Amino acid sequence: MTSAPPLIAFQHVSKSFDGRAIKAVDDVSLDVTEGEFLAIVGGSGSGKTTLMRLVNRLIAPNSGKIIIASEDVAQVDPIELRRRIGYVFQSGGLFPHMSIADNIGITPRLLGTPPREIAARVDELLDLVRLDRTQHRDRLPHELSGGQRQRVGVARALAAKPRIVLMDEPFGALDPLTRDALGDDYRALHRGLGLTTIMITHDMTEAILLADRIAVMRSGKLLAEGTPTELSESTDPYVGELLGTPRRQAERLQMLLPKDDAARSSAP
Amino acid sequence: MSLFSDPRWSDALGHLPDYLGNHVRVSLAALALGLIMSLPLAIVARHRPVLRGALLGLASIVQTVPGLALLALFYPLLLALAALSLQYLGASFSAFGFLPAVLALALYSMLPVLRNTITGLNGVDPALTEAAQGVGMTPRQSLTMVELPLALPVIMAGIRTSAVWVIGTATLSTPIGQTSLGNYIFAGLQTQNWVLVIFGCVAAAVLALAVDQLLALIETGIRLRSRVRTAIGVLGIAALVIATLAPSFAHSGTRIVVGAKTFTEQYILAALMSQRLQAVGLPATTRQGLGSSVIYDALASGDIDVYIDYSGTLWANQFHRSEILPREQLLTELKTTLAKANITLFGELGFANAYAIVMPRAKAQALGIKTAADLAALSGNMTIAGDYEFFSRPEWAGLKTAYGLSFKTQRTMQPDFMYAAVASGEVDVIAGYTSDGLIAKYDLVVLDDPQHAIPPYDAIMLLAPKRAGDETLRAALQPLLGRIDLPLMREANLRAAGNDATSSPESVARWMWEKIGKK
Repeated sequence: MTSAPPLIAFQHVSKSFDGRAIKAVDDVSLDVTEGEFLAIVGGSGSGKTTLMRLVNRLIAPNSGKIIIASEDVAQVDPIELRRRIGYVFQSGGLFPHMSIADNIGITPRLLGTPPREIAARVDELLDLVRLDRTQHRDRLPHELSGGQRQRVGVARALAAKPRIVLMDEPFGALDPLTRDALGDDYRALHRGLGLTTIMITHDMTEAILLADRIAVMRSGKLLAEGTPTELSESTDPYVGELLGTPRRQAERLQMLLPKDDAARSSAP
Repeated sequence: MSLFSDPRWSDALGHLPDYLGNHVRVSLAALALGLIMSLPLAIVARHRPVLRGALLGLASIVQTVPGLALLALFYPLLLALAALSLQYLGASFSAFGFLPAVLALALYSMLPVLRNTITGLNGVDPALTEAAQGVGMTPRQSLTMVELPLALPVIMAGIRTSAVWVIGTATLSTPIGQTSLGNYIFAGLQTQNWVLVIFGCVAAAVLALAVDQLLALIETGIRLRSRVRTAIGVLGIAALVIATLAPSFAHSGTRIVVGAKTFTEQYILAALMSQRLQAVGLPATTRQGLGSSVIYDALASGDIDVYIDYSGTLWANQFHRSEILPREQLLTELKTTLAKANITLFGELGFANAYAIVMPRAKAQALGIKTAADLAALSGNMTIAGDYEFFSRPEWAGLKTAYGLSFKTQRTMQPDFMYAAVASGEVDVIAGYTSDGLIAKYDLVVLDDPQHAIPPYDAIMLLAPKRAGDETLRAALQPLLGRIDLPLMREANLRAAGNDATSSPESVARWMWEKIGKK
């Protein structure tokens, strides 16, 4: 595909839990180029979450290697590794006893950044994720809506200026409108900041709309990968099945809302 | 209301700074020690099911041991440790009072803190601990920045529970020599002074509630991030500690401590001795409500300076001698035995307080019972009551074999209730005390012991090793020796069993001194 060296490379990675015979991840090899937005799509139990958690060593593989920027992650201090990789958790994962500002500034604080700099960075990030500074900074997570919380989650992931952001079904629990807005906003951030993003989702439509490239997982194995166009040419029946839903949705939407659809596609 | 104009209220109030101060000190020290042990243990054990089970099991077992027994067990344990430390390290410590009380109460406080800390920490949403890991926290940072703050309400609830438990249970540290609000309760129970009992209970309850509320204030302060609330709570606890430390620094000098066991006569005699010592300008205090075996060891190790014991009690219980000697010979033998422990048998007071079988005069006459031997044939249909120790004492075994006694049932009772119980026919006979004033009050009769199955129980004054050569002390207490006969002691005991303002041990002791002076 691309000739540039990959920023993240999975090399024959396998992982099984508690000595069970079934492999959660089974001999997966996959490259992610710098600046790329990769979506990993699969059903529950497909191994997609396990695959992503191997990147920042929340878990360790049984065999195979994960290389980030030409470095084997097994050789890197896991704490230090996690602090340089942004992580957006399913439904936020915000600490309920910390203010929004403290949540966003947590990784810089762990890195020993002076409080004044952290405060400035928090304000900058609130602007970036389009939350009002004065209104949100000192509130507690439970006082925010789901969408606002997930914006804070994104801000927290970006706080220590990572090159890589991992996202675990970040928009799954949001209503469709919020989800759409947040997805677009994140996509813009990804491009603007030159991030490399891996996002897990079970929703093929979301993957197609946001990602540059899609990897399809099933039963621990990497079934297919490529751009949406490349995937649509796949002969694999499961990939076809996954693409069926967005196709049907698109047809039906085009039929029912031709005007709206036209307006949308002409938008910048 | 007359209840509140009773002078006993102000009497009780006078002791409050001392009792309350000691109570707060021992409770808070125990609570602090308990926390220092429980919190790290809980943190270590939370992810280790085997250790967790063992710890919680152990703490639950401790909890099932009655508080009084747990406290009492620590005394001999520490005494042995103190002896070992003296032998090998050349330094000893006092196994009396504060230390055993703090250790036992600290153990007692552990269960709620352990359980709530483990529950609280394990109840933290796994998504949040994973998030903590994901943002780059070390396990320690995750614990201090995320898990502990989130578990705090549950942990604080545990701490509050154990604070209330400890403050309540600390009232039981009186018998092992730790002054506490329990002094009111034990003294009141022994002298049937209900004003004192109520005063002690209310004071302990108020203290428990106050500490609970201060802890609650700290908890909500932390939760709502209100510095003011937290500060008020912390300051309140700190104020309690400082207020109770102040008086202890003031009188940590060379006071003479007069010991008293757990019954009325002892309270009166201790008050009498204190008054004599104070009269010659010696600073004296009393340590009341000490258990029979605790008090002897406390004297031997110098934690108390003087107390009254009974020859037969020491002979049988302390030195485990079973032969019955004539009175004079017993005293001589006892004197040499005590001297080996450097304890001075200063002298006899002049009366004996022996165990004796006691029953209503009318009933004894009707049944033709004069001696314990006459009782043997009838005992199979009778009920006997004794105090807490009587039925496990060698005298009881001696009595049974000497006269072939075998009662239908035997009951254990608070001594002051026994007499009323036998007078009312609730029980048929009791193992009473010959010097008890209630014998006359209820018109009871003491049965003869022709075979001398019960050894003599002369009241004797014992001096601690360090007071053996204290001439001022000896001169002050000398006038009491040989001057208190059985009728005087009985009357004094009867007066103290009354329930009015002149029945406090102190006023009865003053009355006794007047009588002694006139003799």
